[in-house]
Amino acid sequence: MENTATKKKSKLCEVCNVSRPVLKRPKTGEMICKECFYTVFEDEIHHTIISNNLFKRGDRVAIGASGGKDSTVLAEIMTLLNKKYDYGLDLFLLSIDEGITGYRDDSLETVKRNQEQYQIPLKILSYKELYNWTMDDIVKEIGLKGNCTFCGVFRRQALDRGAVMLKANKIVTGHNADDIAETVLMNLLRGDIPRLQRCVNIITGSEGALPRSKPFKYTYQKEIVMYAYFKKLDYFSTECIYAPNAYRGHARDFLKDLEAVRPSIIIDIIHSAENFHFREENKMPVQRNCIQCGYICSNDICMACDLLKNLNSGLAKVKLSINLKRGKDNNNNSNNNDNNNTLKLESTSAATTTTTTVSN
Amino acid sequence: MKVKIELSGGLELLFDKKKVHEIEFSDKNEIPLKDLILYMRDNLLKERSELFVVDDTVRPGILVLINDADWELFGGISYNVEDKDTIIFISTLHGG
Repeated sequence: MENTATKKKSKLCEVCNVSRPVLKRPKTGEMICKECFYTVFEDEIHHTIISNNLFKRGDRVAIGASGGKDSTVLAEIMTLLNKKYDYGLDLFLLSIDEGITGYRDDSLETVKRNQEQYQIPLKILSYKELYNWTMDDIVKEIGLKGNCTFCGVFRRQALDRGAVMLKANKIVTGHNADDIAETVLMNLLRGDIPRLQRCVNIITGSEGALPRSKPFKYTYQKEIVMYAYFKKLDYFSTECIYAPNAYRGHARDFLKDLEAVRPSIIIDIIHSAENFHFREENKMPVQRNCIQCGYICSNDICMACDLLKNLNSGLAKVKLSINLKRGKDNNNNSNNNDNNNTLKLESTSAATTTTTTVSN
Repeated sequence: MKVKIELSGGLELLFDKKKVHEIEFSDKNEIPLKDLILYMRDNLLKERSELFVVDDTVRPGILVLINDADWELFGGISYNVEDKDTIIFISTLHGG
C-alpha cells in the first residue's frame, strides 16, 4: 500500500505543480488537479461565450433543462459565470415535458431541485399543453417507428414557445462537443448538406426564431461528467424508454471508438466542419412563417403542424370527435395561458386539466 | 482484499439498480482491473453485458475513476486493483 500510495502521488498537476492530478484532459492530454480543472473548465466556457458574443447585458436567457448531466452542468456554469464575470443576464430554466411516464416525470424532479439550488425561475411546458398529445399517446397511436421524429420536431418548437412565454430573448442548450461531432458525422453520412452547413454554428435560429446557442460547443462530454462528479451535482440519467435512436447510437459508438485511440478526434471533427466550404447553389431554403401557427419554417405549414395534422386525422372516429370537441373548447378560452397568443395550433388544449404549466 | 465499486450515470440499471457493490477476494491481495471488470460482468451484471464490456475492457464512453481520479492517470485497463481501492464507473452515454 505504502509503495503504491507514493507511486500514485509521484506526478503533480501539470498546471500548478502542487496538487495530485485527478484528470487527464482529452483535448490536450494534460494531467491536472481538481482545482485547476475547475478553473480551466470554467475559463474555456467563458472564453467561448465572450469570443462568440453569445450574450449582451440585459439578455433574458432560457436554459433548456432536461435534468440530465449536460443541462445540469450548464445551469451551474451559467449561474457561476454570470456572477463571476457580471454578464448581467436574467437566467431561466425551461423544461419540456414530453409526457413520457417513468422518464421525463422523474427527470423533471431533478430540474425542480436545480431551481432551488440555483435560485432560477423554472417553467415547465408540456406537449400535452401545446399539442394536446403526450409522447405516450403518440407511441400508442403510431408505435415505435418514427416517434423520435415527432418528439424532435415538437421539442424544438416547444423550447421556442416556452422561451417566448418567459419573455426570454435567447436560448442556451447543453449540446457538447461530442454531440456536435456526432451530428457532423451523421449529416455527412446522410449527405444532408443544409444541416451539415449549419450544425457546427454556435448560434442557430436567429432568422425569425429565437437565437439558440451552445456554450459547450468545445467542451468534452468527459469533462462535463467529471465536473458534475467532482462538484457532486444532482443530475438524472436514464435512457428514454422509447428512444433506441439507432442511427445516432451508431455514430456515437463509432466516435467513442475513435476517441479511445485519439482523444482529440472530437475537436478535430468540429474544426474540420467549421472549415468546410459549400458551393453557392447549396443555398438554405427561404424562411417564412407557417400559415397555421406562425412558426418559422420553409414550407406553407411547419413540420409540427404537418405532423399534428397527420396524427389527428389518423385517429379512430371516437377519439377524433373527442378531440374536435376539445379543440372547440380550447378556442373559446385560449387565453388561459398568458403569452399563448403566438400559438394557434388547432389542437392545443389549454382546457386540459392535467397540464403542468409552471412549476412552483 | 476488499474492493468497493460504484456505478452511476445509468450504468447501475444493468446491475440490478444497485449503485454500490463491495467485493471481497479472500485469496488475493491484488487483481488486474481487467479481471475485476470481467468478474463484474460474470457475477454482478444482470442484463445486456455488451453495454458494459466490449473487447475485454469497459465500453468506450464509460468513465472509470480509481480512488476518485481518472483511470487514465494510472494506465487505464492495465491497472492492478489493490485492497481498499474504490473503482467508480460512470456512463456518459445516457441522455444529457
